[in-house]
Amino acid sequence: MRLAFILGEIGSGLRRNLSMVVSVVLVTFISLTFVGAAGMLQMQINQMKGYWYDKVQVAVFLCVDTSTAASCASGPVTDEQRAEIEATLTSPAVEQYVDTYLYESQEDALGHFRDQFANSPIVDSVTADQLPESFRISLVDPQKYEVINEIFSSLPGVEVVVDQREILEKVFNVMNIASLVAVGIAVIMIVCAILLIATTIRLSAFSRRRETGIMRLVGASKAVIQLPFVLEGVIAAVVGALLASVTLWAVAHFFIGDWLASQYPDTAFISSNTMLVIGPALVLLGAVLAGISSLLTLRRYLKV
Amino acid sequence: MIRFDNVTKIYDQNSRPALDRISLEIDRGDFAFLVGSSGSGKSTFIRLVLKEDRATRGAVYVAGQNVANIPSWRVPKLRRGIGVVFQDFRLLPNKTVFANVAFAMQVIGRSRAVIRETVPEVLKTVGLEGKDHRMPHELSGGEQQRVAIARAVVNKPGILLADEPTGNLDPTTSMGIMKVLDRINQNGTTVVMATHDDVIVNEMRKRVIELRDGVLVRDQAEGIYLGEPEEAK
Repeated sequence: MRLAFILGEIGSGLRRNLSMVVSVVLVTFISLTFVGAAGMLQMQINQMKGYWYDKVQVAVFLCVDTSTAASCASGPVTDEQRAEIEATLTSPAVEQYVDTYLYESQEDALGHFRDQFANSPIVDSVTADQLPESFRISLVDPQKYEVINEIFSSLPGVEVVVDQREILEKVFNVMNIASLVAVGIAVIMIVCAILLIATTIRLSAFSRRRETGIMRLVGASKAVIQLPFVLEGVIAAVVGALLASVTLWAVAHFFIGDWLASQYPDTAFISSNTMLVIGPALVLLGAVLAGISSLLTLRRYLKV
Repeated sequence: MIRFDNVTKIYDQNSRPALDRISLEIDRGDFAFLVGSSGSGKSTFIRLVLKEDRATRGAVYVAGQNVANIPSWRVPKLRRGIGVVFQDFRLLPNKTVFANVAFAMQVIGRSRAVIRETVPEVLKTVGLEGKDHRMPHELSGGEQQRVAIARAVVNKPGILLADEPTGNLDPTTSMGIMKVLDRINQNGTTVVMATHDDVIVNEMRKRVIELRDGVLVRDQAEGIYLGEPEEAK
């Protein structure tokens, strides 16, 4: 009975303040879209980093069947060559630069590749023997990449020495700036949303002061009086958050998943499944912001 | 049922107190008129009983409990035990008579079945049988006030406070309202009615508590009220 009553009150409140409610929905929609976009950018960065990015700086790729580099003219790396390369890594001349190193076999490489490109169609066509085995080296001083490059690129069986950070860091810088901008816009929009929710609740409380006055007099509890107002704000914000989630899902699915992925097949992209994380987070964020903002407003404008 | 113990209420330090050292007791089942001109402190008295305001000095007891000691989350419970009626009725204009009365039960969580049973009963008590589905604007002033009284007593409060309930009504209609209040009082509800209508007070011959400028000047059983002193008019 009381639930039905509260739901009825919420319905009438939403109808009475329709234009304000619509503006709350739109403002939360825009602000949470920016929040979600920033989240997606960060997840994309993680996706591109792959397995090794945070662990090592330099990759020494060894020759495979399909290698075309001049140093691989003698065919895939042999066991002796691999042992020789590892011995060089542990030799006193090199050891001073190397913090740690790890060996990645072709099977390991396939596993990591499959994780990183899980959302890409090419994952099914790649086999272990197409991927080079490698030594992944973490340097004591990351700036000393050139030294390692010089020593190893001339060794037989080494296809190429790559400083992965050099390539990716520029891209990540751009993406990090983009997510900062998105967060900045989001913060401003969230402030707008909070103020707008507060104003809406104030209007709503004012237009229903007759009802709330009577509720007070006949001894309705604080929860029964306040809940319809709080839920009004929360419902509007949650609708906005759902719109934001749907929009971001559409971007992830159609723009990133269909278009970008076909334009850049050698880049790992996030899938629309990331919205399974971001979507609920946005809804929760919207609900909490609206709830807090309405409660604070009611404390000032609705005497109980 | 209601006891004031040396109660003073000061709204503004620079003007005289709204109530000045008032001590009185209204027993269960009493019918008391609170008389005096505008500004004599009648409304303040009612606000203190409801804990809408806090006494500056002294203590207000309702049903044996010092209202100053009731924590804010228990105030709704206090108010459930007190029905209130105002001069301006305060009905919800977009709800029917039935819905207006039912509203008071809905907001404290009464079940639909209980509401369907109780509301027609109460409407009968106040003489509004068969008008359940009218809207407030379709009713006369007297009928609207009866709806307000029905709403005030539908949750069976021990006390009914009426703040100038006949202030907007003509004398004949007012007497009808008084009959309703008397009937409610006969059923055991303590009734306190603030008024400055001397005709009504003299007709009813109930206890009269007279306030003048916040001071209790008279408390008389079966009293009369000669109206406001000349200089106050």
